Formats: sequence, C-alpha cells, structure tokens
Amino acid sequence: MTDRGGVSRRDFLRLGLAAGPASLVAACGWDGGPVLEPGLRAFGRVNDWVGEKIFLSKTRLAPAYPVSARTPERLFPAYSITWNRKRVYPEAPPDWTLEVGGLVRSPTQLTLEMLGGLPRVSYTVKHHCVEGWTAIGTWTGVPVSVVAELVRPLPEARYLRFDSFDGGYSNGWDLASAMHPQTILAYAFNDRPLTRQRGAPLRLYSPIKLGYKLTKYVTSMSFTRERHGGYWEDQGYPWLAGV
Amino acid sequence: MSDRPPVKRHHGIVRLTHWLTAILLAGMIASGLQIYGAFPHFGPRGAPYPVPNPWAGDAFPEWARLGGWLAGGLNWHFGLAWPFVITGLVYFVFLALSGEWRSLLFRPRDVRPAIDMQLYYLRLRREHPPQGKHNALQKAAYTGILVLGTVSVLSGFAIYKPVQLSWLTAAFGGYELARYWHFVTVWIFVGFTLLHVALVLLVDRASLRAMITGWYRGRFPSHD
Repeated sequence: MTDRGGVSRRDFLRLGLAAGPASLVAACGWDGGPVLEPGLRAFGRVNDWVGEKIFLSKTRLAPAYPVSARTPERLFPAYSITWNRKRVYPEAPPDWTLEVGGLVRSPTQLTLEMLGGLPRVSYTVKHHCVEGWTAIGTWTGVPVSVVAELVRPLPEARYLRFDSFDGGYSNGWDLASAMHPQTILAYAFNDRPLTRQRGAPLRLYSPIKLGYKLTKYVTSMSFTRERHGGYWEDQGYPWLAGV
Repeated sequence: MSDRPPVKRHHGIVRLTHWLTAILLAGMIASGLQIYGAFPHFGPRGAPYPVPNPWAGDAFPEWARLGGWLAGGLNWHFGLAWPFVITGLVYFVFLALSGEWRSLLFRPRDVRPAIDMQLYYLRLRREHPPQGKHNALQKAAYTGILVLGTVSVLSGFAIYKPVQLSWLTAAFGGYELARYWHFVTVWIFVGFTLLHVALVLLVDRASLRAMITGWYRGRFPSHD
C-alpha cells in the first residue's frame, strides 16, 4: 500500500466517529433537547454539591469596599417579575409582616420595627449578577442566623425557603449559605430604607450568592425538609449559585 | 516515503485526550459565547473597562452559540467543564509519568534551536536543524497551548467563585478582568486551532492519521 501523506478512507471513518458527538451536540439544538437538557440539569446537582461542600466556607467573608466605590444608583440595575409584566414595582400590603416558620419550635411574625431592633449588619460589597455584570452597594439588615435563633429550627430542617409578593418569586437556600454571617434580611440600601425598586420593605441579601438568589419583597422565610427550587431555578438556572 | 517503516507516534492516552479536548473545547467555547451575550461588556456596571473587544455590545451568531439562552449556556458550560478539566489532568499526568514531557515541553535549551528553526523557515538557513519528536517551534506552540488551557481553567474558576476563591480572582486583576482574560483565551484557542489544522493539512497530513491510529508513516519521522 502506498502512502502519499494523505488520509485514507478508513481514517475518515475514524475521524467521523470522533466528530459524531460534536455534530450530535449541534443537531440537538439550543439547550440539549429533551434528552440532554434534563441530564445537564441533573449534573447541575453535582455542581451544587461541590459548591456547597467544597467551595463554600462558612466563615470567609466577601471583600468589603469603601463607600466611595459604590456604583451610582441609577446604574445599579433592579428588576422584578411584576416590573417585567406590568412596568410597576410591587407594593407591600399595608399590614406587611415577615412570617418565619416551617420546621421550627416557635414560629413568629416580625414587623419592620421588630427587625430594626435586632442586631444589625452593614457592609459595602460587590453584587455579582448571573449575566456577568457587577455593581457595588451598601446593604444593612438583620443576619438570617439571628432570626433563625429566635424561632429555633428543628433538627430535621435542612433548607430554607423565601417567598415574596412579587408575582410568585421565591428561592430555596442551603442552610450553610443562609447562616453565613453576611446573609441578611436587608431593609436599607446605601444608608436609606429600601425603595420599591430595591425590594421594599425587606429583601434577602448576601454577597456570597448570585443576584437571582436574593429574594426581594420577602413575605416569609420557612425552614423545610425538602429542597425548594425557585423562580429561575425551576426554569433551569443553577440552584446553589454561590460565588 | 512508502519504504519507511511506520513508527509508533502517539500513545492511546494522548490520542484519546487530544480528540476529547477538541470536542469538549468546542462545546466550552460555544456555550461560553452564549453566556457572554447576557452582558457583552467587560468591567463593572456603568463603567466598562477600555479593554480591546471587537464584540462589545454584540451577541454572537446563533451557529456559534450553544444553550439557546443564558441558563442553557450555563448548564452546558458547567456540565462540560469537569470532563474538560479531567481530560486535561489525565494528559498532564501521562506527560509526567511517561517522560513524554521531555520531547514536548519547551525549555531554555530550546531557545537556540527555535531561532535556527525560524531561520530555516525564513530560508535564511539551508539545512533543517536536528530535532527530536518535535522541533523547537512545535515545542513552543504545544507548551504554549498547555499554558493557555491552564489559564483558561483558572480564570474560569476565578469568575465561577470570585468570593470563595478571591485570591485566585485577585491574581487575574479582579472579577471583571478575570472574565476578560477568560474571553481572551477563547480567541487564542481559536487562532491556535486554525493554524494547527492548516499546518497538519498543508505540511504533514500523515500526522493526522498518526493522531488517530497512533502510527506515523510520513515525511518527518521521529528523531528520538
């Protein structure tokens, strides 16, 4: 057999075997199709586990920035489901309280005044959006861990779930991230009470999660046995979203 | 040529990791371009950095993207990332344990032969400089692509966990620049691949066959 440095038919066959999976990916279309897409999502659970058990430190704090580093407020994006649908930000009911319950010994309801009387944390940190942008702002509120101490979760509580009055928006959280010292129920942004566009009267905030995990317009916080997904998480976004 | 006996050129692990990397890298790049479109700028909100980016503000054409929307792109990217990293590690371990690194990695002693090789290509030198399995310029290219692969993975982790791995993110100049360097590695990968494929097809087609079967029977036998 002569070989003139070319590629034989058999070699093309072998190359085709290698290229097969690549063309399959292309043919499966945009998100992996009905077979691969659920598989990719399921693999996301592995990344959630790695993110929580290997990367997440319970004590490491996100870097703090000077107040002078704040992003101008008009350039700090805000969104809500209600805004996307109706071009208005949701308005809190007049009798708003935060309901804290689920798998706890002493469920309770907290008013904004009561929350203001609890130990407060304030920090100027970088906000990471899943889209890839960042912005810096100052957030003030009560650590979620302080509220958890008030209601005394039962041992079988493994997750937290935050609900809102914003068109069904909600988020499920792992306890380790929720009990992080920088995870707070925030009532102030850049030294002033939250405005409606920022999630008034109360929103979840934490510099160790992507923005879509930070429930705005919070109405309840409940400890659960089952892992709750969330508004974007149920549509396919990564669940842990720790940064 | 046909009278030369075929020589064993590439170990099965090298061939497997080479082709796996080619497929996984294509998927990583396509899903990465999908993710890029969600915020096609570099730098913080409202104050993008003046870094060179011909694609500022643009989404990439659909044929170049994988995932369909941001979440789909992310799931592809994070699904392929571990196989990509593991494939790379398997190759690195093979290089180290087999001793193959000696014929592949560019070292200080290769500087002079690299200059000679360049002079030969520029026709300023008559005879082909002596070489081992790869010539000194090939060593530089292959070493460079290993460094590039490492940088692409590290900058990826820097933007995946900018708080938990803040030291790594800081090493890239912060989150916004880490994201930029991650993007830059894409274009070096693309440039390398185009040149690599062009050289294989134009200069040494037998090397394509060698990367598939392991056996080389072309014009440039190993001098090892």
